Amino acid sequence: MSAYPTPKPPSRIADMFQSRNAMGLMFMLPAAVFLICFLTYPLGLGVWLGFTDAKIGRDGVFIGLENYRYLWDDPVFWTSVFNTVVYTFVASVLKFALGLWLAMILNEQLPFKSFFRAIVLLPWVVPTVLSALAFWWIFDAQFSIISWSLMQIGWIDGPINFLGDPTNARISVIAANVWRGIPFVAISLLAGLQTISPSLQEAASLDGATSWQRFRLVTLPMLSPIIAVVMTFSVLFTFTDFQLIYVLTKGGPVNATHLMATLSFQRGIPGGQLGEGAAIAVAMIPFLLAAILFSFFGLQRRKWQQGGQD
Amino acid sequence: MAMTAQNDPTLNDDAEGMSYLNRLPRRIVTVYLPLAVFVFVLIFPFYWMAITAVKPNHQLTNYEQYSPFWVVEPTLDHIKYLLFETSYPGWLWNTMLVAFGSTVLSLAASVFAAYAIERVRFTGSRPAGLLIFLAYLVPPSILFIPLAVIVFQFGIYDTKLALIFTYPTFLIPFCTWLLMGYFRSIPFELEESALVDGATRWQILIKVILPLAVPGLISAGIFAFTLSWNEFIYALTFIQSSENKTIPVGVLTELVRGDVFEWGALMAGALFGSLPVVILYSFFVDSYVSSMTGAVKE
Repeated sequence: MSAYPTPKPPSRIADMFQSRNAMGLMFMLPAAVFLICFLTYPLGLGVWLGFTDAKIGRDGVFIGLENYRYLWDDPVFWTSVFNTVVYTFVASVLKFALGLWLAMILNEQLPFKSFFRAIVLLPWVVPTVLSALAFWWIFDAQFSIISWSLMQIGWIDGPINFLGDPTNARISVIAANVWRGIPFVAISLLAGLQTISPSLQEAASLDGATSWQRFRLVTLPMLSPIIAVVMTFSVLFTFTDFQLIYVLTKGGPVNATHLMATLSFQRGIPGGQLGEGAAIAVAMIPFLLAAILFSFFGLQRRKWQQGGQD
Repeated sequence: MAMTAQNDPTLNDDAEGMSYLNRLPRRIVTVYLPLAVFVFVLIFPFYWMAITAVKPNHQLTNYEQYSPFWVVEPTLDHIKYLLFETSYPGWLWNTMLVAFGSTVLSLAASVFAAYAIERVRFTGSRPAGLLIFLAYLVPPSILFIPLAVIVFQFGIYDTKLALIFTYPTFLIPFCTWLLMGYFRSIPFELEESALVDGATRWQILIKVILPLAVPGLISAGIFAFTLSWNEFIYALTFIQSSENKTIPVGVLTELVRGDVFEWGALMAGALFGSLPVVILYSFFVDSYVSSMTGAVKE
């Protein structure tokens, strides 16, 4: 910025700074108005609503920590916290492992590589609700195609109750979430893999590194900054997931798949308890902050890793 | 990224890497077989959607006489039902309108914001850039309840405007972030020479920067359009009447009735709701991928 040469005489520099700030402000205005009206303000309002007993059609009054105290004693809320953490953890680990694997496969010399890349990204492009509907049909209690195939092979005797049994339902929603999440992780990591020069791998191999060592000591460290960012996004979106659960189970059976977001919706909108719903949403913020801090330090690390390259 | 790796002559020499060390049988086990499994699993739900959409009802659940993986006499009944006996065409139109409106709004706001942060460099432009990034990380699932209250206060509850105005909350941060990266790659010298020639900032933006940033605008636009097409929680919360619903909400709330599921019509609805974004995507795969990975890498 300091290297920016000014073609005008020095007396007008102050002038330019004036107009520069004014112009910056003017250009920022449309975005700022939108974000303040529909993002910052609701964020604050949400925190405020969490301290009130607002219901649909009635402004609430301040009731302090009443909502939080109620939630603290509410076993359903704790179930949803537990579910959210398990769902996020298991799904993210699987998405990372499978996504990295897929990225490494796509990084090989392949015929029709760009075709495969395009195909792989499809689950991510299609609206989640619509692909979740397909999963709903695939997970049907009577006519599931998975049950039918397994019965044909002879591995099981009767159809699997995918969404009716608590454990099965948890596994099923995680599977559907992983299915949708793999493409994003794989394609992002593929972009990272393609920036790693093959000569590094060759050098390591000449030094006698096995393929596992090459992966662990060359590929992973080179990829770690992008992994940090990709996984932060993945964790963030998994943690706040709503659509998939809402389509597949609506939180059931017996709240076994209720996530914090779905519980917040159920209590807040159909239940009409805006204050309580907002309190549940606010309770998600500490987790999200942790994820954002993680991303921040991931980005920081990138700076010293790449040194003066950029 | 793929393009730069291929065009760079120094990389091209050893682009094959060490793959010559792998023999074919080994490659089949380590590369082609897993790839086939991945592609099968990722594609199967779409196949299942498509095949169900054209299956006559009597074949749909009769696995004894008809193989579930194929269809004997494909029918268009489900699609006809969808198009002529439900509000589906209206939802399709709403979704398009909302996605288009919010994309245009967000792009316009983002171009100015990104240019200001990246090139006007006003006091506080760095923190502004960081705030935009943080705004991108605020998920809709913690905003929908207060936003519902605000939308109600503004008197736009249950209108398409409610969606057109609220979608930019996640589109503007994304587009701005993406366009900042594009603007950064445009050389300063171009702007300087335009300044020397007496152009104003406005003229520079319109006549120098924007034409050069067209690929970035396309990427951001496609991506924003897809994001608003796929949005669900706001549309579910803010829209009540059937004639204002978007496809994801309409299909889920009105085509699913009681215990007897019309799987054929449901899958046809899902298929037709996905097609527009898939077609758009297939034309712009590269800008799509670059915007996705670009947003992650910046």
